[in-house]
Amino acid sequence: MTERKVTFMTAINEAMAQSMRKDESVILIGTDVAGGAEVDHLVQDDGRYDDAFGGVFGLSKGLVTEFGRRRVIDTPIAEHGYFSAAVGAAATGLRPIAELMFNDFVGFALDPILNQGAKMRYMFGGKAKIPLTVRTVHGAGAGAAAQHSQTLYGLFGAIPGVKVVVPSNPYDAKGLMLAAIEDDNLVVFSEDKMLYGIKGDVPEDYYTIEIGKANVVREGSDLTIVAIGKMVQVAQEVAERLNPDGVEVEVIDLRTIAPWDQETVIESVKKTGRLIVIDESNPHNNTATDIASVVADKAFDYLDGPIKTVCAPNTPVPFAANLEKAYIPDANKVLHVADEIIEDLKKSHTM
Amino acid sequence: MDQQTALWIYQKMNEIRFFEVEVHHIFGKGLIPGFVHLYAGEEAVATGVMALLDDEDYITSTHRGHGHAIAKGCDIKGMMAEIMGKKDGLGGGKGGSMHVADIDRGMLGANGIVGGGFGLAAGAALTIKTLGQSHVAVCFFGDGASNEGTFHEGLNLASILDLPVIFVCENNQFGEGTPFRYASASETVAERAPAYNMPGVRVDGMDVEAVYEATEKAIKRAKAGEGPTLIECDTYRHFGHFEGDEQKYKTDQDPNRDRDPITEFREKATKNKWMTSEQADEIESNAKKTVEDAVAFAEASPLPDESTLYTDIFA
Ligand SMILES: Cc1ncc(C[n+]2csc(CCOP(=O)(O)OP(=O)(O)O)c2C)c(N)n1
Ligand SMILES: [Mg+2]
Repeated sequence: MTERKVTFMTAINEAMAQSMRKDESVILIGTDVAGGAEVDHLVQDDGRYDDAFGGVFGLSKGLVTEFGRRRVIDTPIAEHGYFSAAVGAAATGLRPIAELMFNDFVGFALDPILNQGAKMRYMFGGKAKIPLTVRTVHGAGAGAAAQHSQTLYGLFGAIPGVKVVVPSNPYDAKGLMLAAIEDDNLVVFSEDKMLYGIKGDVPEDYYTIEIGKANVVREGSDLTIVAIGKMVQVAQEVAERLNPDGVEVEVIDLRTIAPWDQETVIESVKKTGRLIVIDESNPHNNTATDIASVVADKAFDYLDGPIKTVCAPNTPVPFAANLEKAYIPDANKVLHVADEIIEDLKKSHTM
Repeated sequence: MDQQTALWIYQKMNEIRFFEVEVHHIFGKGLIPGFVHLYAGEEAVATGVMALLDDEDYITSTHRGHGHAIAKGCDIKGMMAEIMGKKDGLGGGKGGSMHVADIDRGMLGANGIVGGGFGLAAGAALTIKTLGQSHVAVCFFGDGASNEGTFHEGLNLASILDLPVIFVCENNQFGEGTPFRYASASETVAERAPAYNMPGVRVDGMDVEAVYEATEKAIKRAKAGEGPTLIECDTYRHFGHFEGDEQKYKTDQDPNRDRDPITEFREKATKNKWMTSEQADEIESNAKKTVEDAVAFAEASPLPDESTLYTDIFA
């Protein structure tokens, strides 16, 4: 395996290309996933297509050139229509990747996911498969304001029949994307737009990462921090900042938020006795509160202090740069919220 | 069109153009976060419609909303401050470019959701009708938005309830990088109107007078209780979809590519003696000054107080 560093975006693009090479039934469908449909000068002399956008972030650039407009399909701006079509196609033999440009547009795309794709197999007594990957984008930090910055993976994760993965780095993004496409179920793959430019080691080979398994990215004995997506970086920073005080933090990158890996999280809490969950979602009915409730239930006897969740406030995402910064969970906020358990910990270390 | 209207239109067209060119520069300097969609090139639509509205009429706008807001009478200083995320912005810096709004002026907001305005405008028209008022609501939307399900639901609902609403399509030929002719099974948006039992007209959206006249008829119909009208304005955007767009999809054949609604209107208005060229020059330099003042105002405005992150959630 050759060592090379690629961006988060390239990793996802490469995963989609590799799966499309491997399996003819994989298609990519969404608004401007190529762009420039029926624009004459974007057709090359050999009949292949150039894209005008390759997705608004340029993530799917080049795919239409390799796979053509039959398999890389630009849609009208009609999320309900093409998400329904993606579910219908998935139920009948294709393996679509459908892009929801920003997760905030879910209002127009929800019924096909909530009432159709997620429930068909169950309602049909196990006689249907919906191998659909929904690629979407979440997260604040880009100044994109209230309708383009939300973190909504928890909303998808609350639907029975839907799996949700949230990668935190390029390596995971590629392996989880390939696993999502291979999966015979509806998988929402939610990308934090603030991670798009980060680089990391990504093997060129085809490889998958198991959906439903968390990744312990740092071992420690004093405090467990479970983090999602971009928040894994925050957890790592907290761990570094507590290290001089002798506090050993275990950081768990959740990777999949539905179904999340109860075993790994509970094992860790049994060891450390303390838990913080960082989740950029609004603070109620989200992945963090779910983890807190399950751990309180199943590992109560092992806890040495209260479980803390660090989330965005219960507000829409503001536009102004300073307000947006105040909105997003960061290491200072984690340290502040977690003061109580951390003071307790420091005391036990100095004793 | 009378002289006073022509002068107003020429002023608003210029304010919009200078505003957008200025935002283009400021964005280029990295002073504006997020996404910005510029209205330059489409000025004839907003001004041609808004010349016939007053503060009590309502509009719903789009992600490309600066032009609608200026023409509807929103404070230009407050708009610039909003777009720069400052305390004195129309929304206290909390909304930004895609959410410029001033409900006191009947401006129900730019909108980050394509196709988000059809039902909202119908709702404003429902208020007007239910309270027995003599106003109208106007829904601005793009050619791309006409393919959302909300277009069809909104038009049908407005039609069966005979609501005083006007649906104004700004057909600038593209939704992002996707041509309208690819994305729509019908050749025009206007031809869909009869299916919803309302008139659908297609006008040269680079010609203010044409937009104005079509709007005048639609308002008359709405106020007579005869229901909605769809007006499709054929137009073009000068800049990219958003700032930073390479515009690889544009072609030399795009019919409105080399037209400028502002110079066209200046020519027509001076020829028809609605406006002298001295008046036109003066309007241009005033508009430039208005925008320069707005930039100075916005730059001097502080960032919003951090406590405002938590306010304005509930009434
Ligand atoms: C529901 C929804 N889908 C997609 C988008 C992304 N988007 C923003 S503007 C745009 C193109 C809109 O085209 P059109 O309606 O023609 O307006 P124009 O930009 O040409 O003024 C798209 C696809 C969005 N903001 N909301
Ligand atoms: Mg358009």
